Amino acid sequence: MTPWLTFIRGGDWLVAGLAAVAVAVSFPLLWRGGQADRAVIRVDGRVFAEYPLDAPRRIDVPGPLGTTVVEIQPGRARVQSDPGPRQYCVRQGWLHRGGAVAICAPNHVSLMLTGRQAGYDSLNY
Amino acid sequence: MTTHTIELQVTPADRRVARYAAAAIALTVAEAAIPTPLPGIKPGLANIVVLVVLARHGWREAAWVSLLRVVAGSLLVGQFLAPGFFLSLTGALLSLGVLAVAMRLPARWFGPVSQSILAAFAHIGGQVLLARLWLVPHDGVFYLVPVFALFALVFGVINGLIAARLLREEKM
Repeated sequence: MTPWLTFIRGGDWLVAGLAAVAVAVSFPLLWRGGQADRAVIRVDGRVFAEYPLDAPRRIDVPGPLGTTVVEIQPGRARVQSDPGPRQYCVRQGWLHRGGAVAICAPNHVSLMLTGRQAGYDSLNY
Repeated sequence: MTTHTIELQVTPADRRVARYAAAAIALTVAEAAIPTPLPGIKPGLANIVVLVVLARHGWREAAWVSLLRVVAGSLLVGQFLAPGFFLSLTGALLSLGVLAVAMRLPARWFGPVSQSILAAFAHIGGQVLLARLWLVPHDGVFYLVPVFALFALVFGVINGLIAARLLREEKM
């Protein structure tokens, strides 16, 4: 049996090498884009507060039903507790990517992450 | 033997194309049974046939085999005119376009492996572009590109090696 390597010609190595480089480059290029760097908290659609995602923080956000607690840690944020009945925004857990949103509709509070380039836009999509 | 009122003139090339296309279709159907973690990731074994036809009989017949494979294969799998069919058609057309250029590279240095890799990338590129323009009009589609590209490279190399081997055996 002919060894498989003999089927690869000089230029084939070049093409395969360039393709491998393209694949390697595409991972960081396309997967890092959505990284978030700021958290925007809105009440009734108006910006209530905006924080960079660099240090741990807890923010109490007053709404019509009570206090929604937002927790920020380096690189991520979440709604820690909310007075709403169904707890959707709390159960969403940690948000990591730019454009990610947790909406606590009953309490009129939303938490949104923004990045240099938002990977996706949950609200408009 | 009955006499036919309509006689279809069948050239040897037609028979060849039909035979190769049948092989490609069989591979497509066999491949549809393989479970994949992500829609869009497939070995693309039918492309081996296209590469062999390209080397033996030129681009025109390769194009016939490739397009017959897409149409008949989708009919058999029940995907005809479904989104998957158009994705596959776009991929096939783009990869035929790339092959038309790649086959003109000097054969001394660039063999079926190069053609296979380039065709695999064209295939996935065409599918992602159509998906972006039509099915999921959002940049989120590109999030999957690195994974697709990685598999295009792996299967491109493997298919190219198999095609090169088949072509070598014929020469011996």
